[in-house]
Amino acid sequence: MIGKLFRLDVLIVLLFLLSVLSMFVGVVELHPRDIFSLSEDQQSILLNSRLPRTVSIIIAGASLAVCGLIMQQLTRNKFVSPTTAGTMDWAQLGILIGLVFFPGVSMLGRLAFASILAVVGTLLFMQIINRIKFKDIIFVPLIGLMLGGVISSISTFIALRTNMLQAISGWMHGSFSTLVAGKYEILYISIPLFILALLYANQFTVAGMGEDFSKNLGLNYQRVLYIGLFITAVITALVVVSVGMLPFLGLIVPNVVSVFRGDHLRSTIFLTAVLGAVFVMICDVIGRVVIYPYEISVGLTIAIIGGFVFLFLIFRRAGANA
Amino acid sequence: MIKVRDIAKSYGEKKVVDDVSLSIEKGKITSLIGPNGAGKSTVISMVTRLLDKDSGEVLIEGDNIFTQPNNALAKRISILKQTNHLELKITVRELVSFGRYPYSKGRLKDEDHRIIDEAIEYMELGELEDRHIDELSGGQRQRAYIAMTIVQDTEYIFLDEPLNNLDMKHSVQIMQILRRLVREKGKTIIIVIHDINFASCYSDNIIALKNGRVAVSGTKHEVIKKSILEEIYEMEINIQCIFGHNICIYFDDQAGDVTEDDAQEYAQTVAHEQLRA
Amino acid sequence: MLRMTNNKLLLILTAGAIGAVALYMLYDLNPAIYFYQLPSRTKRVVAIVIVGVAIAVSTVIFQTIVKNRILTPSIMGLDSVYVFIQTSMIFFGGASSAIVLNSKANYFVSMLLLVIFTLFVFRYLFRFTKNNVFLLLLIGIILGTLFGNLATFMQMMISPEDFLILQNSLFGSFSAVDESLLGITGVIVLLCVLFVLRDFNSLDVMSLGRDHAMNLGVDYDRKVSQLLIVIAILVSAATALVGPMMFLGLLVVNIAHELFSTYRHFYLIIGSVLISVITLVLGQMTIQFMFDGGVELSVIINLVGGVYFIYLMLRRSKV
Repeated sequence: MIGKLFRLDVLIVLLFLLSVLSMFVGVVELHPRDIFSLSEDQQSILLNSRLPRTVSIIIAGASLAVCGLIMQQLTRNKFVSPTTAGTMDWAQLGILIGLVFFPGVSMLGRLAFASILAVVGTLLFMQIINRIKFKDIIFVPLIGLMLGGVISSISTFIALRTNMLQAISGWMHGSFSTLVAGKYEILYISIPLFILALLYANQFTVAGMGEDFSKNLGLNYQRVLYIGLFITAVITALVVVSVGMLPFLGLIVPNVVSVFRGDHLRSTIFLTAVLGAVFVMICDVIGRVVIYPYEISVGLTIAIIGGFVFLFLIFRRAGANA
Repeated sequence: MIKVRDIAKSYGEKKVVDDVSLSIEKGKITSLIGPNGAGKSTVISMVTRLLDKDSGEVLIEGDNIFTQPNNALAKRISILKQTNHLELKITVRELVSFGRYPYSKGRLKDEDHRIIDEAIEYMELGELEDRHIDELSGGQRQRAYIAMTIVQDTEYIFLDEPLNNLDMKHSVQIMQILRRLVREKGKTIIIVIHDINFASCYSDNIIALKNGRVAVSGTKHEVIKKSILEEIYEMEINIQCIFGHNICIYFDDQAGDVTEDDAQEYAQTVAHEQLRA
Repeated sequence: MLRMTNNKLLLILTAGAIGAVALYMLYDLNPAIYFYQLPSRTKRVVAIVIVGVAIAVSTVIFQTIVKNRILTPSIMGLDSVYVFIQTSMIFFGGASSAIVLNSKANYFVSMLLLVIFTLFVFRYLFRFTKNNVFLLLLIGIILGTLFGNLATFMQMMISPEDFLILQNSLFGSFSAVDESLLGITGVIVLLCVLFVLRDFNSLDVMSLGRDHAMNLGVDYDRKVSQLLIVIAILVSAATALVGPMMFLGLLVVNIAHELFSTYRHFYLIIGSVLISVITLVLGQMTIQFMFDGGVELSVIINLVGGVYFIYLMLRRSKV
């Protein structure tokens, strides 16, 4: 039943409906029927706050989900993602370093720091998993999570020394509430990266089969690998800089897609992107209404819902293997 | 004598072992053969209490093994599973010494050291005894593990695919050792083995499993028969008696097929060589 | 030959531990206030020994069970659960509530909840995961992340003053240890250690793996579940006493493995205990005398342990 509805067109319609809903849910009351008779305040809310927020959700959700998909293809491990490879923690450390050494650094500056560290960290992770002989599907993300723990403990140390602990706790939980016009546009950078990912989709699938296999098919393995890592690390950094941590997103969305639609990257990449956006949109709307008029940050809703979905996926896998 | 009565094991819906009964004769080598997925390893794991069974019983000289204290049992039967790679910094001698654990609980006495020395010599591991086991070749490691079971000094020794990953020379060496253990020390040995020719040449009795059930059991002469094996393995198997051993030939008759081109090439080569001579 | 060096090593480490403790006790001792300095330093040393023993012993046993040198009981989210418990106390009770102020009540509640969580993960999930320890750990980490997220959420809701009070209990520290808790924690840890030592030869056999251990007459499955309970108690006791020290176990046990290069638990356990005492004392000296108490010990330990972890991962060709 769900499988049948799991089509690109259905998801796009769903995303559209949710976007409309998202435009009209918030502290300041707006109603769709007032759309042609908006007061100036309402107009400004809609254009400067609600619209940027909705667009950000779509971009962040879609691109982070695709990131996860690419990482899973490259490592041939369904449980690798920006969260379980530590990429997000590296990005966070990057922002912190930027802020400590260059107080008042611009958004783009922070992005640069976050991207550099995210690339370095992801490369390190790939190095490590290339070295371990025991490439267990569970063991690899376990290593990544521990690596992430190390990095976040370094962040904690720096934050403690510089009195920024509560500030980085804020980043721990992604939130779209601060993304108003003038602040969210940075997210558009991920659109060209997304297109790049589309162009390389087939190559990622082949590269995931391993170095020897790729060479046999005449693929420049190293280059494809680096492009994949670059795309995922920069997108992750972008999202962390602008929204904050959105844990498990890159993990569960591609996994859910592959449960219904199999694994060929070219055919699932759009589905993954749209489902990512839908998922984040739902979580964000839930966060906005559940303790209305206050908001639960979307990072938290995603972490909780995503955590349960992840546990479900693990158990499913364990059941299948037994 | 070990008597196994109606043991069964299922994973979910699938019955892996389906009411298997068998008996193991003392002082003999008994081989468990059968195609992949026949349940050989599961049977051997249940008989040696490594795996819980769903039903049935296993009696060793009339005692139920599942009610025996674990430690007492460790002095009567030993089981060596397919060698899983150990990542321990442990020398051959230390590994062999573990075989005395059921008796000494880790505090080795002179008597224990003497038994360990003996086993190391018996298995010709003297030069290797201070080497770490991860430095050894597959055959050497297998010998070290067998030395450990010798030291454990049990009446019954179970081995799960002891020839896995060994080349022909080492396989033969291991099988000769097992025969010696039966001949000289009166042990009873039960092995899971894939190669039916090894089973045919080195064991006394053979039990063949298929689809979780005992297909046939008896002396090797009763089991190594064309009609029986063909049914178990679902392929054509011819049996030839070579030097007193029944050898199964199971390559299909196309394997040695010679094409016309081959024949011509061969003829040319021969002609060339004759010319040169 | 090998044994000689290992025994010698133990002696050297013992001397090192005693030396470190003595150095810490006597460093910069001021005759005018030594009657104040000595008792407070003694208190910290006692706490360090208790925590060092608990973490070292639990980690060594845990690694024997999981047959892996980079997994430790603390990584399965225990830290987050502890933070969650502490945060909930302030969130629901307020910073001035009895449970926050009364350190004994706080200790026992924390410890009880931690043991319950660990046992839940170990025992209940063991059935689901069919003894797959990696799976178990992953589930533990995810649960830990869930708790951590809930804690952060609550932290964002409480007032900055309450957050400052909370912050003190979020990091492992020996400076604020309540002496009235030392005795009871000491007894708990001692009982656990005695239980382990009663039969530590079987630990050597267990490191061969389940099949070999069963073959040699060790009641493996029962032994594992007993030991997991002991581990849960040890880790919880240490965490409730001084707060989370995530990478301590990883650090000291791996150093012990490197130094001793043996599978024998006699050396591994005693060696790890000594190394963890030395590490903690030196760490305490660093924060107390170098940073003037501006950084919590757990942060330093996590930093050093974390970097060591990365080094370990990069250096070893196989894990």
